[in-house]
Amino acid sequence: MDITLIPGYQYMPELVEMMLKIVFIFTMNVGVFAPLLGYVERKQSALMQDRIGANRAAILGFTIFGLWHTMTDAIKLIAKEDFIPEGADKPLHFLAPFVAVVPALIAFAVIPFGGTYYLWGHEAHLIIADLDVGILFIFAVAGIGTYGAVIAAWASNNNWSLLGGVRTAAQMVSYEVAMGLTIVGVLMVYESLKLTEIALIQEDFFMWGIFLQPVGFLLFLACALAENKRVPFDIPEAESELIAGYFTEYSGLKFAMFWMAEFVEIVTISAILTVLFFGAWHIPFVTHDGLLSLLTSVVGADIGNLLLMFIHLAVFWGKVCFLIVFLMLIRWSLPRFRYDQIMKLGWKIILPLALVNILATGVILLVVK
Amino acid sequence: MQLLMFYLIGFFAVLSAVSMIVVRKPLNSALFLILNMICLAGLFALLNAHLIAVLQIIVYAGAIMVLVLFVIMVLNLREKDGDITVRKVAAQFVGIIVVSVVMVMVGASVDPSAISALGSASPEFGTVVGVGKTLFTDYILPFEIVSVLLLAAIIGAVILSKSKV
Repeated sequence: MDITLIPGYQYMPELVEMMLKIVFIFTMNVGVFAPLLGYVERKQSALMQDRIGANRAAILGFTIFGLWHTMTDAIKLIAKEDFIPEGADKPLHFLAPFVAVVPALIAFAVIPFGGTYYLWGHEAHLIIADLDVGILFIFAVAGIGTYGAVIAAWASNNNWSLLGGVRTAAQMVSYEVAMGLTIVGVLMVYESLKLTEIALIQEDFFMWGIFLQPVGFLLFLACALAENKRVPFDIPEAESELIAGYFTEYSGLKFAMFWMAEFVEIVTISAILTVLFFGAWHIPFVTHDGLLSLLTSVVGADIGNLLLMFIHLAVFWGKVCFLIVFLMLIRWSLPRFRYDQIMKLGWKIILPLALVNILATGVILLVVK
Repeated sequence: MQLLMFYLIGFFAVLSAVSMIVVRKPLNSALFLILNMICLAGLFALLNAHLIAVLQIIVYAGAIMVLVLFVIMVLNLREKDGDITVRKVAAQFVGIIVVSVVMVMVGASVDPSAISALGSASPEFGTVVGVGKTLFTDYILPFEIVSVLLLAAIIGAVILSKSKV
């Protein structure tokens, strides 16, 4: 059959590209990072606390450093009884984990994980949706993600959960304001909201966000950690006080979904940090065109582009992995903040500093231009 | 396609708005309001107003409604006891009549030919650059006045929440 007879056949490459990108991001987050981070978290904490860590699960005597535990975890979580407490609001109790995990995944849509490549006459952009509003979309989606915790807390009909939910709501609102302001400096320097444009400027190593906006980076890092609700900002789930906070009454797959939402958020934060501050997919001192012409001279234009794409993907995800390990290190390094300390840090330290950073950036930009 | 999306989002917007009023539990009402706001953001996006759509979600659905949920949770407002009184029924009746009259009047006053005479929006309309330029050139005075108003509100909130100034 002639392929041109299918209606809309000219959109087929775009459609295939889009599907591939969505499947890729989904697999990376849900299939690779979510189970792997569970393993990393255990192994890392074991290393840091001078323990051996997960190493029991074995197939035919092979433990492969305890990696089977990712699989046994998954089987356990799927097989577990899904318990709904008495007096719980059943529809909301069911809805909450989805509200937590879906926004975390959607946020990745506007994050570029590679540049533009010409493959056999097709132009491939490694971003799912290059929206005009760019990074604002991530903030909007992250704001919706908060409701997962809040709904879970309310629907569980448990006082610990409710306390966790109240703490979540307060913490999220406080730090969303600060987080929005911390990146304004970055947006001023790059003069764009689009993450693709921000990433393209950082092809020059000395234009990396970490050099141009060091204060912005530190402030954004602190806010992102707080939004992620992990130690030291984990009062919403503080185990020693609230059992598990807002997801106390969750078990099995729904528990796994909250757990997954947390890990996907870590991946998303690392990806945002990579794009905003660490030069996205660019290798320091190596330009896109320079490497491409080198590859083209060796293997030809199409395969050269393909190779370049894979190199850039590896660089991008390598940087993301590095940041993930760094973010996870923090959990085992710092004690939990008290509620009043978190509020003081957010409103009285980070927010004014972010404003000062904006002012300073503006003055410097005026002087330089 | 766009029309289909409009009807779909519009349907959910109306449905969530009605549910918000009908539902008895305060928290469920708040959740339906959030859904309604997200639907409105979708309608804005269909009208090419991307920035407004995102801001709608960040500010209203993301921030303000979290505070509303916070208050509901802190006060632990469970189901409201709804005893039907004559006054309530009368109030609902009057409300329905007034709203219908207003809607008919608004509908009648819209001139379809005037809308089509406006023409289509420029490609820059509703983008971050477009909104920013208009806001900081043509509408700079109203913008500054609103900032002062917000500042007054912030100071007012600080004074109200402090026992000693």
